[in-house]
Amino acid sequence: MDPISTLIYGGLAFVAALCSMYAASQAQDTVFYVHMLILTLAFGLAALALVRQCSFQTVTNEPSSSYSDSIIRYGVIATMMWGIVGFSVGLLIALQLAFPSLNLDLPWTNFGRLRPLHTSAVVFAFGGNALIATSFYVAQRTCRVRLALEPLAWFVFWGYQLFIVLAATGYVMGSTQSKEYAEPEWYVDLWLTIVWVAYLLVFLVTLIRRKEPHIYVANWFYLGFIITIAMLHVVNGLAIPVSWFGSESYSAFSGVQSALIQWWYGHNAVGFFLTAGFLGMMYYFVPKQANRPVYSYRLSIIHFWAVIFLYIWAGPHHLHYTALPDWAQTLGMVFSIMLWMPSWGGMINGLMSISGAWDKLRTDPILRMLVAAIAFYGMATFEGPLMSIKAVNGLSHYTDWTIGHVHSGALGWNALISFGALYFLTPRLWGREAMYSSKLINWHFWLAMLGIVIYASSMWVSGITQGLMWREYNDQGFLVYSFAETVIVMHPFYVMRAVGGLMFLLGGFLMAYNIWRTIRDERAYDQPVSQVITVGA
Amino acid sequence: MTNSNEIDEISGTNTTGHEWDGIRELDTPMPRWWLYTFYITIIWAIGYSILYPAIPLLSGNTKGTLGYSSRGELADSITAAQQGQSQLRAKITASSLQDIKADPQLFSYAKAGGQAAFKVNCVQCHGSGAEGAKGNPNLNDDDWLWGGSLDAIYQTISHGIRFEQDDDTRTSEMPAFGRDEMLEPAQIDQLTTFVMSLAGKEQQDTSSTGAKLFKDNCASCHGDKGAGNRDFGAPSLADQIWLYGADKATIVQSIHNSRNGVMPAWSHRLDELTIKQLAIYVHSLGGGE
Repeated sequence: MDPISTLIYGGLAFVAALCSMYAASQAQDTVFYVHMLILTLAFGLAALALVRQCSFQTVTNEPSSSYSDSIIRYGVIATMMWGIVGFSVGLLIALQLAFPSLNLDLPWTNFGRLRPLHTSAVVFAFGGNALIATSFYVAQRTCRVRLALEPLAWFVFWGYQLFIVLAATGYVMGSTQSKEYAEPEWYVDLWLTIVWVAYLLVFLVTLIRRKEPHIYVANWFYLGFIITIAMLHVVNGLAIPVSWFGSESYSAFSGVQSALIQWWYGHNAVGFFLTAGFLGMMYYFVPKQANRPVYSYRLSIIHFWAVIFLYIWAGPHHLHYTALPDWAQTLGMVFSIMLWMPSWGGMINGLMSISGAWDKLRTDPILRMLVAAIAFYGMATFEGPLMSIKAVNGLSHYTDWTIGHVHSGALGWNALISFGALYFLTPRLWGREAMYSSKLINWHFWLAMLGIVIYASSMWVSGITQGLMWREYNDQGFLVYSFAETVIVMHPFYVMRAVGGLMFLLGGFLMAYNIWRTIRDERAYDQPVSQVITVGA
Repeated sequence: MTNSNEIDEISGTNTTGHEWDGIRELDTPMPRWWLYTFYITIIWAIGYSILYPAIPLLSGNTKGTLGYSSRGELADSITAAQQGQSQLRAKITASSLQDIKADPQLFSYAKAGGQAAFKVNCVQCHGSGAEGAKGNPNLNDDDWLWGGSLDAIYQTISHGIRFEQDDDTRTSEMPAFGRDEMLEPAQIDQLTTFVMSLAGKEQQDTSSTGAKLFKDNCASCHGDKGAGNRDFGAPSLADQIWLYGADKATIVQSIHNSRNGVMPAWSHRLDELTIKQLAIYVHSLGGGE
């Protein structure tokens, strides 16, 4: 970056720090006060870092002909760290459900506040960093061009981390706009909007500058994910602040409209963040690791557009048998059913791309992880349409079955494919021959698999038991069980779930250790593979 | 970058001729089973949308040829359930509690209904087995603060205990002997020892200061021998059932601060039929008089 722009950006950060400090002085409540202090600190540090970086000597680091990889190295570390944080909080709240005294009787540590901390940490911090890092990596390689608007890309990375810190601290202090997976208050939402538009710009301009005639399928999915999340986030977050210097706000929507907008958002956070974005990941890392071509170009086109078109309508299936009008419930259900095959298109394309390389599964634990991820993706996207059928939903809704479903998707699909991507990226980004230990990857794989199976199966049994107990009538026409009685029955399953979660977390620690040793390892290539743009083939 | 189509050796399929970072794509047709299943789900979706309410219009929406509505479905099942029970419900509403108890059919139905209502409304304090908890009486035993007859239980459920919003609520107020400085801490200590002796937890000494303090301050409600008095909801102190705990510290606290527990009046929230069923159920738990 040239010294003049560095100074300008530093100055902007300094002004932002001053504005935050002023806002802190005017704060109407503690949450806003603490958040403005965090912003002051963050912007202040950014200004300082930028000014210190400013040098009028000729820039000699990464030549502009190579890929911009240091931001992706940061992304890999952030993904790994937030993963550990998210899994740990998940384990804690799983234990809280089994042993309520672990709520510690403190407001900051009760389940109600830690649950969004867990969901946001795994979905947005872990998953989001994985998506941002891999999308920057994949876009550069498949466009054969250096990342566009690099300073902005750095802003995206650090701005996103700041968003995570604001969201997490807000949850612990009890700040929420009461929208699931969209809990942060209005000013945090605004900040994320700025960061996300910057992300879109970086990605889009990189695609526009590409040196390949066609846009690779992974990039379609990444772009679909980025654009749709921007739309969902902005609409669902529409709110009027009570005060410009306070953390509270009123949503623009109320009643059943609010519920519909929320689940239009919520379901498509699953559809576009956790499905489309991660399919982008799959379309790059699976063929690369298997060293095989993508199975069917036509399937990828059809299933891409079908997923994009159908997913966006499926949200109302979260509101079966509620105040939502029947016609909207019907549409939510039939669109979910139609979504079954388009979702499976991705599974077919992923799994069949390995045909011709199945023997590698015996020797390559990274490929095994990617394949298991696709298998869980297939299971979760079959279960989803099934649960959207009203008769099934009448049993499954509000029970642990939903939790089991979500986690077989989140742990099985999203996390495993992210782990695979991290194992793929780490040696390449740090110029190492391979990961430090293939054996540890294998251990991670089996710990994670076993953890997921224990988690999901205990939640299936507990969820169906719960659903059946809630609706059980005796022969005189009265309900048989009280709610508390069903809670007692759940206890052993909650303990088992925590055991599954613990195994998954242990696997995460193995990965962190493995990545750390790989980075520290001195066995390195003379020239890192990733630094060279291969021209022609 | 190659622009001509190649054949992938392993699968024998053409590639599309594009390549990105070493990744190529095969030109495999879409699997037929996939495509036809996709078509079938689309046809099914169209069919379902014709049968059920589905398409929003300028005003209202298509109703579907089956005439289904989820509210209608709920109303039908509630009506059906009520019709099945209507005779018994009408009889219970019309009968006295004693008559309900005497009629085996009515009794069994009312008990089941009371149990269901108990599980929704009462278990939060009294426990799912009506076993009670600290400050919330066990309803299985024969120790009753305000009476264990059908009518007494009915009255308690309807109007609650010390529930100020209800004019007919049962009420009484034990003084806070310590907090209001009616007794010295040392006196409370002596009194506690005597109270514990009433239940046989200490050697009884009727000539002690504690005994005198009891006679002066407590006997008017709890009785000379601590047998309790249901008119005031004054618990018996001579048995082994202690609502807040039988250890010395707890009893000292009870005398110091008094307790005066509250139960809400349910006649504001539940209908007559349900309260009658609840009274029958609670009475049947084991201690009914």
